[in-house]
Amino acid sequence: MENLIDKCCDKCTHAPATPCKDYIKCRKEGPICHQDETCKQKRQDFLAAINLSEGSANLQVLICAGTGCASSGSGKLVKKLEDELAANGLADQVQIKITGCHGFCEQGPLMIVEPRKTFYTRVEEEDVAEIVSSDLVKGEVVERLLFKDPNTGEAAKTYETVPFYARQKRLVLHNCGHINPEALSDYIVKDGYAGFSRALFELTPDQVVDEVKTSGLRGRGGGGFPTGMKWGFVRQAQGDKKYVVCNADEGDPGAFMDRSVLEGDPHAVLEGMMTCGYAVGADEGYIYVRAEYPLAIQRLKIAIAQAEECGIIGDNIMNSGFNFHLKIKAGAGAFVCGEETALLTSIEGNRGMPRVRPPFPANSGLWAKPTCLNNVETFANVPQILRNGGSWYASMGTEKSKGTKIFALTGKVNNTGLVEVPMGISMREIIFDIGGGIQGGKKFKAVQIGGPSGGCLPDELLDRPVDYDSLISVGAMMGSGGLVVMDETTCMVDVARFFLTFTQSESCGKCTPCREGTTRMLEILTRICNGEGKMEDIDTLERLGRVVKNTALCGLGQTCPNPILSTLRYFKDEYIAHIQDKHCPAGNCAALLTFRIDPEKCKGCGKCLKSCPAGAITGEKKMPHVIDVAKCIKCGSCLMGCKFEAIQKV
Amino acid sequence: MKLTEEEKQIAVETSRKVSELFDPGKGNLIPILQRVQGELGYVPPEAMEVVAGYLDLPPVEVYGVVTFYNQFRTTPPGKHQVKVCMGTACHVKGGHIILDSWERRLGIKVGETTEDREYSLERVACVGCCTLAPVTLYDEEVIPKITPTKVDGLLFSHQLADKQQKEGNAGEK
Repeated sequence: MENLIDKCCDKCTHAPATPCKDYIKCRKEGPICHQDETCKQKRQDFLAAINLSEGSANLQVLICAGTGCASSGSGKLVKKLEDELAANGLADQVQIKITGCHGFCEQGPLMIVEPRKTFYTRVEEEDVAEIVSSDLVKGEVVERLLFKDPNTGEAAKTYETVPFYARQKRLVLHNCGHINPEALSDYIVKDGYAGFSRALFELTPDQVVDEVKTSGLRGRGGGGFPTGMKWGFVRQAQGDKKYVVCNADEGDPGAFMDRSVLEGDPHAVLEGMMTCGYAVGADEGYIYVRAEYPLAIQRLKIAIAQAEECGIIGDNIMNSGFNFHLKIKAGAGAFVCGEETALLTSIEGNRGMPRVRPPFPANSGLWAKPTCLNNVETFANVPQILRNGGSWYASMGTEKSKGTKIFALTGKVNNTGLVEVPMGISMREIIFDIGGGIQGGKKFKAVQIGGPSGGCLPDELLDRPVDYDSLISVGAMMGSGGLVVMDETTCMVDVARFFLTFTQSESCGKCTPCREGTTRMLEILTRICNGEGKMEDIDTLERLGRVVKNTALCGLGQTCPNPILSTLRYFKDEYIAHIQDKHCPAGNCAALLTFRIDPEKCKGCGKCLKSCPAGAITGEKKMPHVIDVAKCIKCGSCLMGCKFEAIQKV
Repeated sequence: MKLTEEEKQIAVETSRKVSELFDPGKGNLIPILQRVQGELGYVPPEAMEVVAGYLDLPPVEVYGVVTFYNQFRTTPPGKHQVKVCMGTACHVKGGHIILDSWERRLGIKVGETTEDREYSLERVACVGCCTLAPVTLYDEEVIPKITPTKVDGLLFSHQLADKQQKEGNAGEK
C-alpha cells in the first residue's frame, strides 16, 4: 500500500473488473470486509499524513499552481523549496503540496504552511530560504511576507484572519487551494465521492432528483433555472440513450470561477456529473471546456484517468450496476457556445449556432437524445448536497436563491480574486468588506455584474441583497458571476461600447435581431464615444435594445442590450455629456481628450519624454516639457510616470 | 501571405496523417482540426480539403467551421505569438492601449503576421487572469500587469535573446 487509494492487503478484491460497493467508505474507515489492526493502522497513517492535525510535528507547504500564481512565478518556488528542505534535512518532515487556485491571485504567488495556517503572500524565490530557516526550522513566522490589511496595516497570522477570506463562505471552493488536484486520495480524504456513494447505494434515482429539488439549487451558469427540476425533466424524458453534459465554456470576459474549480478540484465536478447521470439515467457524459484553459483540460484528464483506474468511472461502478463514461471536448473559441443548444451543436461537429427551443435539450439534446446540461459550478455543488442533504443546503441563502455563489471580483478594487459568499449578501459587503474598497482611494462609480449579458449597478443599489431575482429587477443578471468594479475614471459609455464590441463580434449571425441589432447599436455607441453623437441616438438605442431583447433567438442576443440599457438607466448624464458637451466626464474616451503638461508643475525631469512611445514629448532638461498634440496617441504612459502631477487630461 | 509548394505539401500530408487517427464521424471534425492546427500552427485550405474528404463532407462545410471559431487561423502564425487579452477587467485597466502599443511596435494590425514571420498578433477575449490585468500572452507565457513601456522592454529582451541564440548557434557550427 503506497497510497490511500490502494488496497490494504490481498484480502481486498476491489478492481474495476471485480468492484466492491464499500470502496469509498473503506478508504477512510476500512478495512470493512475483514478485521485487521495492521491494515487499519496503515489507512489511518495515510489519512493523518494527508490531513495534518493541529500541533503535528510534520508540516505541509502548500504552493498555489493556479494560472494566476503560476504566471506570477510559483513554479520556480517548488524547485527552490525542495533544495532548501534537502539542505536543512527537512525533506522527510515537510511535504510540498502543489494546489489549485486559492482565489487571492492578486497577492500571488501564495504559500501556506499547514497545519499552522500561516499565509504568505507575494513569495519570491529569494524568500524561500528565509521561510525554511525561520518558519519551518524554528517556528518563527516571517512577518514581512504576511498579508497586511491596506487600511489598518495589521498583519494576518493565518489565512482565516485575512479579511478577504474571513467574510467568505467557501463551500464549492473549500478544497481549492487546500488539496492536490492531481491526487484522488486528497479528494477522498475530504469526503470526496461520499455523496455519490450515498446516491448509488442508499437512494433511488427519483430520490436523488428530490434531494436536489429540496436543496433549491439553481443553475450557476447565469439563467438560474432550478437544477432539480431540470434533472426531473431529463429523468422523465423517453429515450434509450441519455447524456450528461458539463458546460465549461466559460466565455464571459471577467469570469474565471469555473476555471479555478476545474483546476483546483476537478473530482468535485466529475462526482456531480456522475450523480446526475445516475439520477437521470444517463451512462455517458461530455465536458465541454474552452481550449484557452489548457491547465484545466490537463487536470480533468488526470482526474478521469485516476477515477477510471479505481473503478469510480466505468462499467458496473462499485458493483452497483451503474455504468458511466466521460469524455472531454475542447471548445474552439466561440462565446456563443456557452449557450446550451449552441454548445451541443458544436459537440456534434458543426458551427456552434443555437437551435430554436422547444424542443429543449432535456427532451432532444445531443444527437437528438435527452440531455442534462449544467455548468461547472452547478455540478460542483452537487456532491455536498448529497453528502449533507438538500435541507442543509437550503438553509443557506435567500428565499428563492439557495446556497452560495462564487464571484470573480476584478477591476479597480483593492483585493481582487475569487470570492464565494452566501446568496443574499449585499454588493457593498463584497466590494468594500471583502474587496477592501477602491484602489488608490478613488471614488466608486459602478459595478458590472454578469459580463456581456449583465448590467452596471450604481452606488445607490449596492445595499440590495444579491440573488437571481433582485438582480434581474434592477436590469442586471447573475450571469456567471463576473464582478468588475469601476471607479470615477471609467467611462460608462465606453463600457457599454466595449461589451457591444464583444457581443457584435461573437454574434453567430443566425438571427437578424442579434446580427443586425448589435452592429447598429455598436455604430451608435462608437459615434457617441467619438463625440459625434446626436440626442436622438439615445432614444434609438433604447428602442433598438428593447427590440433585440424581445426578438433574438438565444440568450446571447436577448441579453446583449443589457449593458446599454442599464448604463442608460443609471448613467444617462454621461451619454448626454458626450453628445452635447463633447466631453467625457471620466476622462477616458480618447477622441474627446487632449493631454497637456502644466508648465508650472513640470520640473523637466525627462521621465515622460523617455516613456512616451510615440515620441510626442519634447523639452530641454530642467525646462518644462511640451506634448505635440498631433503626435500624441493618448496612451497615458506619461501620466502614469509623472511624479509631479504635471500632466493633465482635458 | 502566399504559401510555398513545400508548405502546401506538408499541410496535405500532416492533415492526412492526423485525420486517420480519428474515426470518420462528423463529431470528430473539430478535434481533427484542432490537432492539425496543433501540428501545423494553422489550417490552410489544402488541409481543409483533406479533412473534408476524410469525413465525406463538402469542403465548404469545413471552411465554415474553421472560420466560425476564433481558435483556428488560416495563415501561418509568427514564430512568436502575441495575444493581447481584451476581457472586461483588462479593458477597464487599459487593454486597448496595450493592443495599440503592440500594433505600433510590431508594425502590424491585429490578426496579422510580420513580414519576416517572427511575430503574429491576436486579441483574445479573456484568459482568466483578470486579477493580473492587463495581461498579454507571449507564446504560452502570461505577462501580468503590462504597460506600454513593458511592451517595449519585453520585445527588446526577447529580440536580444533570439539574436544571442542565433549567434550562439552560428558559433557552434
